[in-house]
Amino acid sequence: MTIKDKTAIVGVGATPYYKRGKSQPQTMEELVGKATLAALADAGLKATDVDGFAFFGGGFDTPTLVETLGIPEIRFTAMLTGTGGGSAGALGLAASAIITGVAKTIVVVGGMQQILHRYGVSTSDYPPTPYNTFFSAAGLVGPGHLFALLARRHMHLYGTRRKHFGEIALSNRANAQNNPEAVMFGKPMTMEDYFNAPLLADPHCLFDFCLENDGAVAVVITSSERARDLRQKPAYIMSSTHGGERSWGRAMYWQGMSDEFYASSGQQSVARHLYEVAGIGPQDVDCAQIYDHFTSQVLMQLEDFGFCGKGESGAFVESGAIRMGGKLPLNTDGGQTSCGYMWGMTHIREAVLQIRGTSTNQVQGAKIVLATGGPTAIPVSAALLRGE
Amino acid sequence: MSDIIRTKTPPIGLFQFAADTYTQPFWDAAREHKLKMPSCSACGFRRFPPTPFCPECHSQDLTWTELSGEAIIYSYTIVERAVLPGMAEFIPYMPIVVDFPDFPGVRLVSSLVDAPLDAVHVGSKVRVRWDDLPDGVTLPRFVLADD
Repeated sequence: MTIKDKTAIVGVGATPYYKRGKSQPQTMEELVGKATLAALADAGLKATDVDGFAFFGGGFDTPTLVETLGIPEIRFTAMLTGTGGGSAGALGLAASAIITGVAKTIVVVGGMQQILHRYGVSTSDYPPTPYNTFFSAAGLVGPGHLFALLARRHMHLYGTRRKHFGEIALSNRANAQNNPEAVMFGKPMTMEDYFNAPLLADPHCLFDFCLENDGAVAVVITSSERARDLRQKPAYIMSSTHGGERSWGRAMYWQGMSDEFYASSGQQSVARHLYEVAGIGPQDVDCAQIYDHFTSQVLMQLEDFGFCGKGESGAFVESGAIRMGGKLPLNTDGGQTSCGYMWGMTHIREAVLQIRGTSTNQVQGAKIVLATGGPTAIPVSAALLRGE
Repeated sequence: MSDIIRTKTPPIGLFQFAADTYTQPFWDAAREHKLKMPSCSACGFRRFPPTPFCPECHSQDLTWTELSGEAIIYSYTIVERAVLPGMAEFIPYMPIVVDFPDFPGVRLVSSLVDAPLDAVHVGSKVRVRWDDLPDGVTLPRFVLADD
């Protein structure tokens, strides 16, 4: 038994994507509520239809949501462990609960508001542990510093260059120019701009980092049978997997990964199971929304998900493959570096829009879309959505 | 030669110390300016930082071995932008991950200090330097090894 095609995303909703701190005076609960209500309205459903929540990355307070949205009864409330690596995996959590009859209508919502904390330096907020003592001693205070170590190793092993990271940033930025909701809409970028940007954590420059935003994105999931009677074209959940292997483990918070895993995204096993459940391969994917907290990690995911060989992602993106009209149009809303950063939920939203045929950068005839969550410590995750 | 930029020590204000039963021997050795690494007493498997169980045989016993202090840069980054208060005066600094030729299988996260920025690459040979902090903790840091 698998989850293949038994559930579908029937509604999607989002707040505007605000620059960091600019969502005030709204509260986080308010942003989550607005995204949830928008997703329900999109589906033609009401808050009284909701009987479940599936979260990731710390989640939100279910009783408060029940109280403020007027949800009569909750039968499922669960969270994928870990952080942003769980976004695409939370879809599978919801699908499993629906297929087993635990709940009928589940909202997956993610979002963030950075008033007190900046995620860019989140590592420095962690309480001291016997493990992160070594990182604070080295001055590794942000995820960008940690992933820079993996990026440097990838450059050393495979000859990857900064211009390859830059191609991810430029491709995302180009896509954002057609998306009025993107934070970087109206702000095109050239490779010269990219190379003029300050290096924050060599080899990562400013434009290799995702944005820091406020906002929330929600999707509504129900059975495929019920989805066919609802308002929107269903985005069927073909597959959603999460986890990771021992050789990846705590990953950048460990730095002890085996050499074959170190310069990777840790998604190898998740990708393998993802395709197994869906019964397809990377050649069948029409476009991909790949988690881009750092451009270098997009390259490594292209390898781990089999779109090119190990170490070949630099040449792959240099060929134009990820641009609109290319072999694998990537991050068609502008991605987390140019559209908005909501811990991966923007990628889920954009994948649904591609399936519906309503993206501002629509890939003609897109039938199967990949969205990934992650690269971070276990769990990382991914999902495949398909249309009719 | 004044235009050569050398790496500084990482911002000390960011350092927060914690240890447990399994990592304390590393820090006890550091105070004596000895670089020691653990292996499983039962099967010899190496892990660092040491967790409560050997993932291969589940033994909890560790044997600590003193290393030469010579290491190879496995990867590195250069921090050139202050993103938190108290960082500016320490820029640039260079976090590194090192392998030990005399103890393969473990890596240590540390920093490379007093090195010309353009002289460092993956594979550079480094050796440990001990920095005694005022609060009694001694940190291993690395300098470029003499060629």
